[in-house]
Amino acid sequence: MLQFILRRLGLALLVAFTVSFISFSLLFLAGDPAAALAGETASGEDIEAIRRVYGFDRPMLVQYGDWLFAALRGDFGESYYFKLPVASLIADRLSVTMLLGVCGITFALLTAVPLGVLAAMRPNSIIDRIALFLSVAGQALPSFWFGLILIVLFAIQLRWLPVSGTATWAHFVMPTIVLGYYAMPAIMRLTRAGMLEVLSSDYIRTARAKGASELRVMFRHALRNAIIPVVSLAAVQMGFMLGGSIVVESIFALHGAGFLAWESISRNDLPTVQALILIFSMFYIVFTFLADVLNAWLDPRMRSS
Amino acid sequence: MTLISMKSTIAAAALIASVGTTWADKANDTLSVAFTKELENVDSYFNSSREGVVMQRAVWDGLIYRDPVTNEYKGNLATSWEWIDDTTLELKLREGVKFHNGEDFNADDVVFTVNFVAKEENGVKTQRNVNWMKSAEKVDDYTVRILLKDKFPAAIEFLSGPVSMYPNEYYAEVGPSGMGLKPVGTGPYKVTEVVPGQHFVLEKYENYHDSPKGQPSIGKIDIRTVPDVNTQLAELFSGTLDLIWQVPADQAEKMAAMDGFTVANESTMRVGYLSMDAAGRSSMEPNPFKDAKVRQAVNHAIDRKALVDNLLKGKSVVVNTPCFPSQFGCVTDAAVAYEYDPEKAKALLAEAGYADGFTTEFYAYRDREYAEAIASYLNAVGIRTDFKMLQYSALRDLNMKGEVPLAFLTWGSYSINDASAMVSQFFKHGSLDDARDDQAKADLDIADSSTDPAIRKEHYAKAIARITGEAFWAPMFSYNTNYVFKTDVDYTPTADEVLRFTNMAWK
Repeated sequence: MLQFILRRLGLALLVAFTVSFISFSLLFLAGDPAAALAGETASGEDIEAIRRVYGFDRPMLVQYGDWLFAALRGDFGESYYFKLPVASLIADRLSVTMLLGVCGITFALLTAVPLGVLAAMRPNSIIDRIALFLSVAGQALPSFWFGLILIVLFAIQLRWLPVSGTATWAHFVMPTIVLGYYAMPAIMRLTRAGMLEVLSSDYIRTARAKGASELRVMFRHALRNAIIPVVSLAAVQMGFMLGGSIVVESIFALHGAGFLAWESISRNDLPTVQALILIFSMFYIVFTFLADVLNAWLDPRMRSS
Repeated sequence: MTLISMKSTIAAAALIASVGTTWADKANDTLSVAFTKELENVDSYFNSSREGVVMQRAVWDGLIYRDPVTNEYKGNLATSWEWIDDTTLELKLREGVKFHNGEDFNADDVVFTVNFVAKEENGVKTQRNVNWMKSAEKVDDYTVRILLKDKFPAAIEFLSGPVSMYPNEYYAEVGPSGMGLKPVGTGPYKVTEVVPGQHFVLEKYENYHDSPKGQPSIGKIDIRTVPDVNTQLAELFSGTLDLIWQVPADQAEKMAAMDGFTVANESTMRVGYLSMDAAGRSSMEPNPFKDAKVRQAVNHAIDRKALVDNLLKGKSVVVNTPCFPSQFGCVTDAAVAYEYDPEKAKALLAEAGYADGFTTEFYAYRDREYAEAIASYLNAVGIRTDFKMLQYSALRDLNMKGEVPLAFLTWGSYSINDASAMVSQFFKHGSLDDARDDQAKADLDIADSSTDPAIRKEHYAKAIARITGEAFWAPMFSYNTNYVFKTDVDYTPTADEVLRFTNMAWK
């Protein structure tokens, strides 16, 4: 087990390192950073001066080294737009995104797993059909449209929920549903498929033969095995939610890290974009790593692979 | 972006279905307003957005004030002013004015503010707003002199616009970042809360001096950042917002048809135009735009009236000048106007040796639908366009390098009501000058530096006649913007795209 964890950790670190290099090179792929910083009224000398002040004239690898060591200490430089440290800028907004991500994945799991189990218990029944419809709809509905429909229904017609903002828990209800619904179909289909496969296996027949209750068979024997691929999927989805809540954050005026990323791209605020890409990728990497470890713990067969 | 337009159509359709009951905040005297963008810093010298200008006009005052309707200059923090010589302006200051924190306003504040912002290393974001000032000197407690680097006739316009007065003791202590979090001015509204990225709360300043801006009427203004227009509309329907602005024309039209909302349309100073590589800076070979006949053909090819009537709507008008018509020196009579005449355009192209037309790259950075409509007019006379949509900064970089043969661009003049803020920015051989015409530059140099209004007007007229006669640009139209607010809000927007809370009241 330890060897497995170490191997995965090594791999994760390698990926993290590569990602950090790619996100750093973005600065240079996007054109001359000094010209971007100097703005529209700058002359050639101004741009040269900025190049020296910011050290853009040094070899790229040296700059990367400096940036990486600063980043490891949590110093991502200063935002071109806000003229504030990027780290504090992101820290302010990450809590909203994380809260939303946790709520979203919880909502997705709490709805998708029971639905998947129900669908698998009665394949091709009306429940299965409804579950299928929900998952197709969830996959097909663009989140901005779904969000607006919810706003029209719950905020304007029924007036149960506030339209946008972050002031109270009620403000998070609709964003959670929209974000969670997007992840729900995949989790549900995977739960259903896993359950169907497990339910037809020998040990389930044995468990039933021993006279175990249907509930016990389902949750104690079947779900525990069927849930394994769902765990890694949920972890990846969680990573997606933390980085991909841009649309939801913009519709519901949540001002989280996703929205900051979107705005920073359109403002050419490269230090902020670099840091956010790195942080979002780290989420993916950490969650994928945790999923691997969790899988290995749940299923000993995985450890040797 | 098709995604956005699809999104807005759906939302508008959905919203139309619901009948909004108005839940105005008149009862608690709080007007809720939405900003689309987040301000980088509330300190007006350290942001460059329109939202920042709105905050600046509410929280701070300038020495002089320009009436947005009559364009007449009136004293605000100064009561009178006089040119001692071409580069020295002496101002008498108003007595008895207090900043929001209780500090008295006097000559020390003016001297401090001017000396701080004029110093380039202090990093004021929009240098052109302040870099014409050299320094300020105190004559006595209520008399100051502002010294200019050079002759600068638009000084009064700038002093009534972006240059506002800061409290010296407070600003020296907290600096721009402190001012951004806890702004202090003399303006009609004081800031009571700043939550960066989320909202600002302004409260009526009870001791506001007898200013030409008028006295504030609404007690509290709550400004929230809501990036999505559809969300803003939903907030308006649900009664949690009272006023939104910069609303796209299609949504505004639908809102106008509903009860409970006032839709007001006003012109802005932004002008759309086609820039052509007349100087032959781009790598295009042969470059048809070096020929005036081709540039005139482009001008004749586009039905600008149709663009205004069908796409921009509202108070937009066809513009023939390389400046906004209300700007001082923007002499519209001097401009050569090109009527829509595709046959003439084809004839001019044939005369220039392009009877079969030609293919050119065509760039734009905003309003894709306008640019595409323009491209189809050009295609109709034989100018085939390879259309490329870029981010503003990327297009500007290309433009500075002189690699753009034809582009649809716009310019908002920073809301400065003087032709120097537009035509002089583009025709004085700067990096964005595609014409590089010595004759236009010579006239603009005189017009920009003379302090005699008659001489300025005469030379701007000459430059405009030259630029339009040679058809260096194809000026297109002015932009407009829509304001949507609840019917119990009384407000008449002005033509400079600045929200003025002081002029708002409950009905």
